[in-house]
Amino acid sequence: MRNAWAVAKRDMGSYFNSPVFYVVTTVFLVIYSFIFFQILTFFNFQSVQAGQFQGMNVGLNLNDMVIEPSFHNMAVTLLLIIPVLTMRSFAEEKKSKTYALLLSSPIHLREIVFGKFLACMTVVAVMILLSSYCIGFLLLLGQPEIGPIVTSYLGMLLMAGCYVAMGVFASSLTDNQIIAAVIAFGMSLFMWIIGWAGQAASAEMAEVLQFLSLVDHMQRFLKGIVETSDVIYYLTFILFNLFLTHRVLDSERWR
Amino acid sequence: MIEVENLTKFYGPRPAIKGISFTVNQGEVVGFLGPNGAGKSTTMNILCCILPATGGSAKICGHDVFEESLEVRKKIGYLPETPPLYPDMTVTSYLKFAAEIRRVPSAKVRAAVDRVLEKCVLQDVRQRIISRLSKGFQQRVGLAQSMIHDPEILILDEPTIGLDPIQIIEIRKLIQELASSHTIILSSHILPEITQICKRVVILNEGEIAAVDSLEGLTSSLNKSERFILKVRNPQNDIQDKLMALAQVISVKEEKDSEFLIECGMNSQAQDQVARMALENSWGIEELKLVSMTLEEIFLHLTMEEDPPGEAKNGVDA
Repeated sequence: MRNAWAVAKRDMGSYFNSPVFYVVTTVFLVIYSFIFFQILTFFNFQSVQAGQFQGMNVGLNLNDMVIEPSFHNMAVTLLLIIPVLTMRSFAEEKKSKTYALLLSSPIHLREIVFGKFLACMTVVAVMILLSSYCIGFLLLLGQPEIGPIVTSYLGMLLMAGCYVAMGVFASSLTDNQIIAAVIAFGMSLFMWIIGWAGQAASAEMAEVLQFLSLVDHMQRFLKGIVETSDVIYYLTFILFNLFLTHRVLDSERWR
Repeated sequence: MIEVENLTKFYGPRPAIKGISFTVNQGEVVGFLGPNGAGKSTTMNILCCILPATGGSAKICGHDVFEESLEVRKKIGYLPETPPLYPDMTVTSYLKFAAEIRRVPSAKVRAAVDRVLEKCVLQDVRQRIISRLSKGFQQRVGLAQSMIHDPEILILDEPTIGLDPIQIIEIRKLIQELASSHTIILSSHILPEITQICKRVVILNEGEIAAVDSLEGLTSSLNKSERFILKVRNPQNDIQDKLMALAQVISVKEEKDSEFLIECGMNSQAQDQVARMALENSWGIEELKLVSMTLEEIFLHLTMEEDPPGEAKNGVDA
């Protein structure tokens, strides 16, 4: 575990030292903030309208009309942005031949994989944390329910973990960062929209596809419900991708 | 210390090394010599547990490189052909990372970093970013990384490649210092380097061992005849015929103007007779010296297959 931490620490240092992290975070924050305040403005407009006609303000609340949609949009934004962060994890090591240092050191391959995942995950968590200033405004000026906010962040982290795990896997396939990013983006998007195929499939098949979809498991977190099956789904998804990464890197030595 | 037996590696259908065997004893400095693509790096990668072998076995300190690779990796320090440096790190933070993943106990990391910084003369650049360092310094950082955990065995893949002559001398001196306390395998296609640093050479060619021997052994086993050069002031026309007439002389060749390469039987003391003849005929000796085969010639001899295979095999001591 100490070895995985050493790998993670080095990777984090290299993220925070490189302009990539700052550019990506800025872009993420600008887009998320724009969407958030757009939603908030619309909510204000509706509130004002409702104020003029008594009885129309039923169902108008911050959680349902501002926070939930903003998290939905954050999930999409992360989908676009996380592949740019994960693309380097193994591809760069292979390209610059530093991978030999890791392989000739007395650490397990699984520790390397986990360390890389941990580093990316931390970086993404920092990004999500920075974006929480928007929610901070709402807490300051209104009275949204705290519970659903906490569970939404939990769900968001788990979902981001899936993107990161897929990104790390994609990065292990190649020594070209662009290819790694494109594969990661494709996989993430596919796992997002896989549920759509359910419309044309049989009822059982539709349920399976729906279950596989990343976005479906998000819904309950956003409503403030932590369902064990959702947590298990996300954790399994992450572990499965890290397992695949391990297999790819291990088999690569045999070629 | 290192036992390699019948080691084979295929990249797809193409063999990179074909059944090589050799041993390295404790405290030895062994040089891997061979043209590019001879299998030097592949062998080293297998010894460092980066690649698994297709067949055969390799043991380091009694541990199999495949079965007990973790134990092996604790005992070796590896400097690949391209030093595995993270360009955005400082020298100190890089070495600290190397110490951590090489399992140096946390309390000893700082001391280990200081030790290698001093050994590789890197104190002045310790806070510099690696990408800003010159190639020579980068190579030294790579070397420092390989010995951060004070391994018993150092495996260095072309440690002096791409350096200028002064840097080469510095690195070479450093390796010679290390040789007193470590078992070292190093590869190179630069021959003088091997002659200066290594006691024993393994010559690889097209994935096979062409020769394993000490330097003296190699030179003497390939020299079945002595050769010397005679340089004279007034050469006469019949000089070649007269020399050929001597019993022990096998051949005479005019190398340059009034310089002759004389080949004669081993320990035949033909020099005495040549000298006497030169005095009697007043050729005027300017130079008379023995030429031993240089490593360069041995190398070409063994790898170019100029000679019938039977002769080259004399060098093999497997």
